[in-house]
Amino acid sequence: MISPADLVQIPLDDWVNSFVRDFLVPNFRPFFRAMQTPVTAVLGWLDAFFHWLPMLVFTAGLTLIAWRTAGRGVAVFTLIALAFIDMIGLWSETMTTLSMIITSVLFCAIIGIPLGIWSARSDRVLFIVRPILDIMQTIPSFVYLVPIVMLFGVGMVPGIIATIIFALPPIIRLTNLGIRNVRGDLIEAAEAFGSTRWQMLWEVQFPLALRTIMAGLNQTLMLALSMVVIAALIGAGGLGLTVYTGLGRLNVGAATAGGIGIVLLAIILDRITQSLGEKKAVHTPSLWQTLRSMFALGKPGDEEKAGKAA
Amino acid sequence: MKPKLRVENVYKIFGEHPEQALDGLKQNKTKIEIFEETGQTVGVQDVSFDVHEGEIFVVMGLSGSGKSTLVRTLNGLIPPTYGKILIDEDDVANCSAERLRKVRREKITMVFQHFALFPHKTVAENAAYGLKIKGEGAASRRAKALAALEQVGLAAYADSYPDELSGGMQQRVGLARGLATDPQILLMDEPFGALDPLIRREMQEELLHLQKKLKKTIIFITHDLNEALLLGDKIAIMKDGRFVQVGTAQEIVDNPADDYVAAFVGDIDRGRVFDAAHVAERPITVELGERNAAEKALDLMEEHNRNALYVVEEDRIAGLVTYQELAVAAREEGRTDLSEVLVTEVPTVSRDTPLNELYGAASAGYPIAVADKRGRLAGVIEPQAVFSQLSGEENEEAQPTTDETEASSAQKGERQ
Ligand SMILES: Nc1ncnc2c1ncn2[C@@H]1O[C@H](COP(=O)(O)OP(=O)(O)O)[C@@H](O)[C@H]1O
Ligand SMILES: [Mg+2]
Repeated sequence: MISPADLVQIPLDDWVNSFVRDFLVPNFRPFFRAMQTPVTAVLGWLDAFFHWLPMLVFTAGLTLIAWRTAGRGVAVFTLIALAFIDMIGLWSETMTTLSMIITSVLFCAIIGIPLGIWSARSDRVLFIVRPILDIMQTIPSFVYLVPIVMLFGVGMVPGIIATIIFALPPIIRLTNLGIRNVRGDLIEAAEAFGSTRWQMLWEVQFPLALRTIMAGLNQTLMLALSMVVIAALIGAGGLGLTVYTGLGRLNVGAATAGGIGIVLLAIILDRITQSLGEKKAVHTPSLWQTLRSMFALGKPGDEEKAGKAA
Repeated sequence: MKPKLRVENVYKIFGEHPEQALDGLKQNKTKIEIFEETGQTVGVQDVSFDVHEGEIFVVMGLSGSGKSTLVRTLNGLIPPTYGKILIDEDDVANCSAERLRKVRREKITMVFQHFALFPHKTVAENAAYGLKIKGEGAASRRAKALAALEQVGLAAYADSYPDELSGGMQQRVGLARGLATDPQILLMDEPFGALDPLIRREMQEELLHLQKKLKKTIIFITHDLNEALLLGDKIAIMKDGRFVQVGTAQEIVDNPADDYVAAFVGDIDRGRVFDAAHVAERPITVELGERNAAEKALDLMEEHNRNALYVVEEDRIAGLVTYQELAVAAREEGRTDLSEVLVTEVPTVSRDTPLNELYGAASAGYPIAVADKRGRLAGVIEPQAVFSQLSGEENEEAQPTTDETEASSAQKGERQ
């Protein structure tokens, strides 16, 4: 049978190889290395902090946050889950994973929210950004591990960079969506009173899109968690590494323990971030109010009143 | 007097090729023909008008007639395709974004049909929005917002959220937000259109009441002719993006420019549109203490074909005499003193009493006295004039002489 391959053969793998090896790596390696610096700094700081924090203090703190944001049930769950993780001997790995996750999500937010806002305000930007996001979400994450290793090396930070790339799309998409979905007449009203573009963004669009943005942040967080094991392939540590080495050595026990640790962490973080987005379904709180309500004293029911009085 | 707002030949054509639509309009094609041939939608065509300070200018038309588009050109939310919009020295249609923002912050605000309140801000924060945008400090912002809320009777709700209020209350907040920056011009796009009829009536009254104090220049959009007639110092009827008639309520109801307007005007409540001055005639009177007053009164009634006549005493309305009683008294009993047969309980109204409040007075059968501010007799209304005006019959028969028509239109002029 004749096939197109008999006529033309495209050496795509060679092209990509030479593009990455002969062009990207020699010319841009310093640039990519420099990109790591902020990630390294944040990660180092967080990792040191979480490992320094005594287990009981951390547990108390996260339980309090869970209680204030998501209610008693989630708080109790957090308490038990963290105690369980400690008891199965994975506390330190969990803290490493947590700092990785927080670092990734932080950078996703720093990159993704402005990009989402920009795409919401310009159809042309969206036209360019959207296909890139589609590609990012369809390429299996294994595929870009190789170029990442070539450009960034192996270790925690390259693992985080892979995670950022993988987890970035939802926050961009949902920021864009949230801002585009702000009611047209509210935009018109803001404009009719002489708002500048910044005032419009800050006073109207961002606060009203906050719920959707929070939902995006939650999805980004979940994607980041799902990358934990894959990132371990290129040298990231934490719970992912426990699972990965467990797999490699056919140590079912270790792999299961690591897996349970990831799942418990995922549930806690999911519940907390979800309730951040859902809270006060009608009066979306400002970021400041959200932060403040996390630290304010009193029962969860109080803060709506407190918010109003303020 | 220089108008506060002057609109000159404004067009708004939606689409890429407005010049094609303009050609079509020059050939007198309809909006639909133009859309079918060129794909351009004519939103507003060749609209010009002036609004003076303190006036309520109402634009009335069916849905799709271009009202919202027109009102949005006035503050530049929709830039017109052609034309000029002058607010003081600024041409809103052709100025920089910076300048336009300044005009919006300082001179012109808007109230929206669906309120468009910010759901994440409290009532007071909503009312203070324009002030915040202008960069006012938190304390003065709050004080001014509360003062504006006070005007619409909502100060007590300052710290509630909009969704805790009823529709009518929400629109009061919308109004307070519009008033808080103390603009000169207020644009209102069907502000009461989303409210129940009862609440709507209440809001209309309240707007008129506020306007007495505030004297803003208001452009008010509505699809409800009764609302237009009630509120408008001047009314424009809009159809297919064009003004088909501009005038006062009475002019439009009395002289509809075409069948389209006539169809609208057909079933409106004329009793609310016309006032006493509109049907009043110049009074024919006798002086109470005059010599031969009774004879003179009888003569006058015969001459003018009346069966009752007002009697004045210096500037005061003394009462009225009827032909019947006077004739009996004078011819059979030989008495010539008017005060014997004087009816002192006479129906008296003021010039701006709406016709629908004259039913009661008219049904007594006596002519109704129209008193001016100082209580002097300014005019007389024959009962049948009230009913013929209400039924929409031509009013010429009720106002027999040109003299009298002049008098009543002079009175109308005074009112404005
Ligand atoms: N953004 C737009 N693009 C195209 N056509 C529009 C747009 N806005 C309004 N129109 C058209 O302009 C006409 C007038 O609309 P509008 O001003 O909203 O009328 P009204 O407020 O009197 O109901 C309608 O035919 C409408 O379809
Ligand atoms: Mg409209």
